[in-house]
Order: sequence, then structure tokens, then C-alpha cells
Amino acid sequence: MKILSTIFTLVLMAGSLGFAADANKIVVDGSTTVGPIAKAFAEFYMKQNPGVNITVSESGSGNGAKSLVNKSCQVASMSRLLKLNEYEAAVHSEILPVVHVVALDGIAMIVHPGNPIAKLSMAQVKDIYLGKIKNWNQLGGPNAPIVIISRDTNSGTYETFEGKVMQGEKIAKNCEYVGSNGAIRQRVQSTPSALGYVGIGFLDNTVKALPIDNVVPSAETVKNGSYPIARPLYMVTNDYPRMGSHLYRYVNLYLSKKGQTMIEEIGFIPVTSY
Amino acid sequence: MSDAASRLRRLAAFFSQGFLLLATALSLVAVLLIILYIARDAIPFFKLRGLKELFTSTSWFPSGNPPEFGALAIFVGSGLVTLGAIAVAVPLGIAAAIALSDILPYRVRQMVKPVIEILAALPSVAYGFFSLVIFAPLLQNHGGSLLSLAAWLIALPLGLLLISVISEIATRPVRADVAKAARLIVAATLAAVLVRGLLALSAALNKVTISSGTNALNVSIILGIMALPTIVSVAEDSLQAAGRELREGSYALGATRAETLFKVVIPAAGSGIIAAVILGVMRAIGETMVVWMASGNAAQIPSPWFNFLSPVRTLTATIAGDMGEADQVLGSSRYHVLFALALCLLLISFAANLASEWILRRQQRRLGGLK
Repeated sequence: MKILSTIFTLVLMAGSLGFAADANKIVVDGSTTVGPIAKAFAEFYMKQNPGVNITVSESGSGNGAKSLVNKSCQVASMSRLLKLNEYEAAVHSEILPVVHVVALDGIAMIVHPGNPIAKLSMAQVKDIYLGKIKNWNQLGGPNAPIVIISRDTNSGTYETFEGKVMQGEKIAKNCEYVGSNGAIRQRVQSTPSALGYVGIGFLDNTVKALPIDNVVPSAETVKNGSYPIARPLYMVTNDYPRMGSHLYRYVNLYLSKKGQTMIEEIGFIPVTSY
Repeated sequence: MSDAASRLRRLAAFFSQGFLLLATALSLVAVLLIILYIARDAIPFFKLRGLKELFTSTSWFPSGNPPEFGALAIFVGSGLVTLGAIAVAVPLGIAAAIALSDILPYRVRQMVKPVIEILAALPSVAYGFFSLVIFAPLLQNHGGSLLSLAAWLIALPLGLLLISVISEIATRPVRADVAKAARLIVAATLAAVLVRGLLALSAALNKVTISSGTNALNVSIILGIMALPTIVSVAEDSLQAAGRELREGSYALGATRAETLFKVVIPAAGSGIIAAVILGVMRAIGETMVVWMASGNAAQIPSPWFNFLSPVRTLTATIAGDMGEADQVLGSSRYHVLFALALCLLLISFAANLASEWILRRQQRRLGGLK
């Protein structure tokens, strides 16, 4: 009898522990683009609330959606909206995906500061990366072959560029691939005939950002929707989080001043301005 | 009591021997496991996409829709960069090893060799940073003049050496009293031709502009420098190992210093020198960070194929660069193709190792026969 009661209390304790762990544990999975935001938020939030444990993995937007549907994560970080069949799968497993737009991502086309080219159109950018335009003199610039530089194919920045500019067509084979936004900027600032692209947050005066279709890339033009190479970044939860819960406060960090600074530091554009 | 003690001792010996055996076996087991796991994840790729595309197509669009996995250009890129590194490292490395072991004074050798070996200790990311931030812009801004300078540096000493040999041989039939003058005349005309040719070459090279400094040439040179310490160190050790007796024997038979070097010492150390070269080449093939940072990573076959001024992509850089977390979608060909590439890389290095082993055996058998 005594043994039974001990087991009973043990089970109760374990149960209460498990329950406590549930409320204090947030799992985030999904896009590599949104990953840095999710990680910065998690670090900040865990420092503010020492009892809370937030794990962030970056396995791609599709995987984020999948994890949300099979309930292995509470937040799917995504660089695109859920596809119709993902919504359908979610509804079938009694999940109601609620989308929070946490930041905006804009991509600027950059050239060497000494390059006389003043602007490009979307069609021209696409033709350059397709290899149809090979020399700056075809665009009224100097006689120099264009060195085209791209992010590596598994970065979120590449995904945005591929989707918004290339629209499914394949980039020319002579395109060089580089491992980070900073590395592209470095290559462009030291290569007179280079053309590359970086997240708008990585712009500085060592490179020249070209207006696209006569719109200058900046936080303002991305926010008002006039700059064409831009997209929103999302966090998706099952139902709207219970007000005041850790999940609620975590997902809504992007509304705070601190959250917006973090987003800017990573190189994205906050949706709201403090 | 003593019986128990000896049994204890035997037990201890048994266990310590077992432990040592285990420690030795560990590295073997690790290698086997690595091969096993890479093969396990590589085979699904061949099941999904077959063999032909990977080895014959040059369209590398792993993220495309539909994706394409033609890695021919990547194999060519790896080969090209390795070839370039060999061209840089082998002549320089062997020459340096010979100079250190047989030409420079002992005290200089004692100072220089440790410095060369420090090169091997530099982390590869430091080399990569150098080649991306300093060397690539240098090639872009002063590419032509650098190329012509390199042409002078390589061709002038080689040419002068060749001229001295040719003029010596060509004037052999001439009468002894005019031989010196004849030799001088031949050498002078040849030198004039050489300088004229070099001037024309450097004028042509000066016009070359390198539009992108992150190319095969950049990486080849850096990889060559990285392979140097291995080659110098191992080759010099084997030259030293040829021994003082061998050299003194050769001198005693009336051989000159050059004859001793080329006909006695180098053949005796040949297997070690070949081993040194293969070790250096392996370092160049397997190097990842430098090529990922500074080769440009463009999956194309340069045209013409030996155009070292064009950006290339290598196997190692592709594996490192595409192994982002975004790709770890198990079961996708985009994930498995990287293991397929890794398997190829592994097989290539295995083949090189086996070849070196075979050459060493053959060399030893031949030397054994000479004895």
C-alpha cells in the first residue's frame, strides 16, 4: 500500500513537472531567413524570463509548416505563406494557423561605387543573371564583363531573389556564389565590374545600391510597397496565443522597441516604427 | 600469495594489451564507419537520380524547379585547382627541399626549416581570408602586370640555366683554344632571343585584365603555398635519410656535386619525394575553406578548359556551401547528392593513396634489385 502511494505521488510530481515544462517550453522551427530573428528573440526572452526554454531550429519554411501541423513545434517561422495543401493538412489535424508578420525583407542590387551605372530595371537584373546581358556596355556603362555574384543556394536571401527576380528561371552558370551578405558586400566593394545583392540592412557607403524600376531601396520604400524585391517574413502559431502567455509575449516581441532594434541589427526592416 | 600476484599481473597485462589494441583499432573503426555512413546516405541519390546525370551534365541547379544535379563542372573545377596547386607547389617544394638538404649550409637549414613548417600550422581560414580580401583585389587591379612579372620570374632563371647547358653542349666539337669565345657567342645570342621573347610575352600579358579575382588561379596559388610545407618537410627528410655514406661514396668515385645530387641522392630518396608530393596534393584536393571563400564557386567548365582566370567550383566547397540547415530535408535528392559527392571525393583520395603506395613498393623493389 505504501509503495502504491509512493508511485502515485511520483506520477503526480512527474505530471506536474511535465505540465510546467509545457508552458515554459517553446519550440520554433522553419525558415533560415527568419531563423536569426527567432534566435535573437529567444535569447532576449530567455534572459528576461530565466525559467523559459526556447529552442530554435532552421530546417526550411516547408519543414516549419510540417512541424506545426504535426504539433512538434509551437511556432513555425516562415519566409512564405502556408500553401493551400499545408492549410488543408493543418485543418485536418485540427490546427488553426495564425500568421504574424514579424519583419520585412528587402534585397538591394549593389555595384562598385566607381560604376557609372545609375539604375536598373527588374527586367535588366533578370537578363543579367540569366546571362543574356554580359557586359556593362550593353547598359551604357564601361566595356567590362559583368561579374555576377549571388548568395549560396540555401540562404533565404537567395530564395527571395530567386522568387522575386528570377521567377523560377535558372541563374547563368558563370555566376559566383558567396557564403554571406557580408562576403557579397566585400566582393562588390573590391571588384569594379561586379553586380551582387544583399539584404537592405547590409547597405553602407562602401557599395552603391541601384534604384530598381526607379525606386531607391530603403526601409521606407519596402514598407510602402513600392520597392519590388521585397517580401514579408512570418511566424505562424496554432490559434492566436493565449494573451499574456510566454508564447504570446515571444511572438509579439517584434512590436516592442527592443524587438525592432534587434530586427534592424540583423538586417531586416521592422513592420512598425517605434 | 605469489601465485595470486602473478595471476593478477597476467590479468593486468591482458587488459592493458586489450586496451592498446582497442585504441589502435579505434582509428580504423572510425574510418570504416565514416565510409559506411557516407555510402549509406549516398546510395539513395543514385537510386533516385541514376548515375548518368551526376557525371555527364554540367547543369548544377540543386534548388531549381525541377532540380538538376550535373556535377561534371564541379569535378573539372576540383581537378583544375589541384593541377594548379601541383604546378605551384611541386617544383618549388622539391627545389626547396634539395636546397635545404644538400646546398645551403647546415645552420641556415636549422633556421629555415622550422619557419617553413610554421606555414603548415596556419589555419586555412586565415589563408582564405588573405586570398579573398587581399589577393583577389590585387589580381583584379594589377592582374596583367602581376602575370608578366611572374613570367619573368619563372622564365628568366630557367632560361639562363638552359642557355648555359645548351651553349656548353653546342660548343663541344669546337677547338679548345676558341671554345670559350664560341660558348660566349652562342650564350649571348640565345640570351638575346630569350629576352626578346619575354618582352613580347610580358607586353601581351600586361594587356590581360582579370575581371574577377576569385578564380582558379588565385586558389591554385594559395593551395600551392598551403601544400608547400608538407612537401618540403617530407621530401627534405627523405633526402637527409639517403645518408652521408652514399654522398661521400659518390664524391669518392669522382662525381661532381650536381652528378651526385641528380644521379645518386635524388633517385635514392625518390620514393620519399613521391610520397611528399602525394601528401601535398591530398592537402590541396581536400582543402575546403580557401576554395569556398576564394574560388568564386561558379559551377562552369572554364573555356578553354585551362583558363585559370575563370571562377570555378570544387567538390569540397560544394559540400560545405550547400550543407546548410535548409537542406537537411531527409530523403530529398538535394540532401543525398552531397553525400554522393563526398563519396566520390573519398574514392579519389583512396585511389591517390593506393597509387602512392604502389609507387613506393615498386621503387623499393627496384632499389632492392640494384643493391
